[in-house]
Amino acid sequence: MNRSHAALAAVALAFLLGACQTTTETQPSAPIDDRTAAAGTTSTGSTGATTSGTGSSGVSGSQVPGRTTAGATADPLRDPASVLSKRTVYFDYDSFIVKDEFRQLVEAHGRYLASNRNARMVVQGNTDERGSREYNIALGQKRADAVKRMMLVLGAQEAQIETVSFGKEKPKNPGHDEAAWAENRRGDMVYSGE
Amino acid sequence: MGRTSPPGDARCPDPPTPKPTLRPVKHFLLACLLAAAALVAATARAQLTIEIVGGSGTAIPIAIVPFEGEANFPLGISGIVEADLARSGLFRAVETGGIVPRPVRAEDVRAEQWKARGADAVVVGTMRPLGDGRVEVRYALVDVVRGGTLASTQYVVAPAQFRATAHKIADEIHEKLTGHPGVFSTRIAYVAKQGARYQLVVADADGADPQTIVTTNEPLLSPRWSPDGTRIAYVSLEQKKPVVYVQNLSTGARTAVASFRGSNSSPAWSPDGRRLAVTLSKDGGSQLFTMNADGSDLRRIMTSAGVDTEATYTPDGRSILFTSDRGGSPQIYRVGVGGGAVERVTFDGTYNVSPRVLPDGKGMVYVRREGGRFQVATLDFATRQAQVLTSGPLDESPSIAPNGRLVLYANETGGRGILNAVSIDGRVKQRIVAPATDVREPAWGPLVR
Repeated sequence: MNRSHAALAAVALAFLLGACQTTTETQPSAPIDDRTAAAGTTSTGSTGATTSGTGSSGVSGSQVPGRTTAGATADPLRDPASVLSKRTVYFDYDSFIVKDEFRQLVEAHGRYLASNRNARMVVQGNTDERGSREYNIALGQKRADAVKRMMLVLGAQEAQIETVSFGKEKPKNPGHDEAAWAENRRGDMVYSGE
Repeated sequence: MGRTSPPGDARCPDPPTPKPTLRPVKHFLLACLLAAAALVAATARAQLTIEIVGGSGTAIPIAIVPFEGEANFPLGISGIVEADLARSGLFRAVETGGIVPRPVRAEDVRAEQWKARGADAVVVGTMRPLGDGRVEVRYALVDVVRGGTLASTQYVVAPAQFRATAHKIADEIHEKLTGHPGVFSTRIAYVAKQGARYQLVVADADGADPQTIVTTNEPLLSPRWSPDGTRIAYVSLEQKKPVVYVQNLSTGARTAVASFRGSNSSPAWSPDGRRLAVTLSKDGGSQLFTMNADGSDLRRIMTSAGVDTEATYTPDGRSILFTSDRGGSPQIYRVGVGGGAVERVTFDGTYNVSPRVLPDGKGMVYVRREGGRFQVATLDFATRQAQVLTSGPLDESPSIAPNGRLVLYANETGGRGILNAVSIDGRVKQRIVAPATDVREPAWGPLVR
């Protein structure tokens, strides 16, 4: 009886949260003392908190990618036959060098950005699970930056590419062996609006 | 469920009116019933339990006699005191049954009886209802080896404060018998992962009373307590990139203090709580900056060619230790908060990261890789002597207890993240388990004032 009630409540809550389109909520902790306890009843809405950081990203106002000025009919970013549909660059352990096998891919995206000035991209750097979480954030950043530098050489503009890092926090493969690690040492190119 | 206020001042014959701690909690529950229901369900699952893995050979034998009148209260005091002390690994409980009459005051303790049982110290006490809902708790700590009463304290508290009172008594006993303040009254923060959901949880140091303060579907990391314990800085990926937030614990309100273009991570509080050091990639690379705790007055510490991250302040607030790959491999360095000369701190090995300076400023705890194993170690700044505290293979995110005697850290067992604690000499180890939850990123809060 209790269990089914709890399950119902959980489902209801999940539905409500989903309906609000929020992915994050902050909860007040228990009061630390009387003075602050009263303030504990007012919680800042998650919407206000989550929107406060988007202003500086520089990717929000961009045009939908693929709508090229040349008036192309097919979107090369989504055409499986196009190299532009591939978005991931894999790295060797402790390395930040874009390997030759991924050069063509990165250069194609660099040329695409150069000829589509309204297109915006985020390069997300990732690492394998070994080592410090924060140091891995920095290593993932280094990988994303390496991908970006290669595209700048091909004529992409600085303002078109934001590089960020997920460190080891978002592995593609949850395994703990070399095969999994190799899949997780990567840079993902994501166009704005995707 | 509700957190209790710290008990009234010791030896206070007429303490101030007890704080109605339960009322605001109840009010809050009514105000956000659904959210609170989810919170309770989630935190119940995230409750931590602590197991002693290895003990100290020199554990102090102590007899904690059940307090007189304690049986009238469902949640007593002496059991929590004994559990706290035993869990530290520095104390060993001595059997107290069968001594008649049971001592309740210091003068009742007959030293030879307890010495015969191997005890070095005895704790006795009483719990007496005052008729207004409050309870008078008295206890005494008796040294049966050298003789004499080491502590004798009276508290007047509401039943909701029993747990906090017990932790305070355990803290006092710890300090009298080891010379170091106890950390039983402190709180910890950690990240719990269940499926795709990440929660930042704040709990008592014994894992009791977990409160979820952030829930998101993206990773959370690097929680750091403000020195006064009122705020926590952390990194969230909820905006599809690392952003540093500072959240007020009592109101739940938070500010994105660093959400610049690129990655924003690795917050560290200055000892006065006014500034934060952070790692930002906004100007290229991963570089160290300091800012006010509200995000204003951003200043770059220095410019380097490599990665600089994992800043941590020294206790005097004048320098920052950090991890950098400027020499080819990640090593720990020191720089003034305003920049200037950089001094290398670690030389041994090819992977030394995550520095945390000890409260006395004389050494640090860090993570080093040796033979492919990531282990927590200490380094004495004067002697350059390193001591490995843990065995790895994937130990990470050390956090030093505010008394400098224990280190919390994370690793994985059976594919699931768990928290561990090790004493600063490496002798006592504890495993902190949360059933069905992946826990990581521990952060030990400051001493309660």
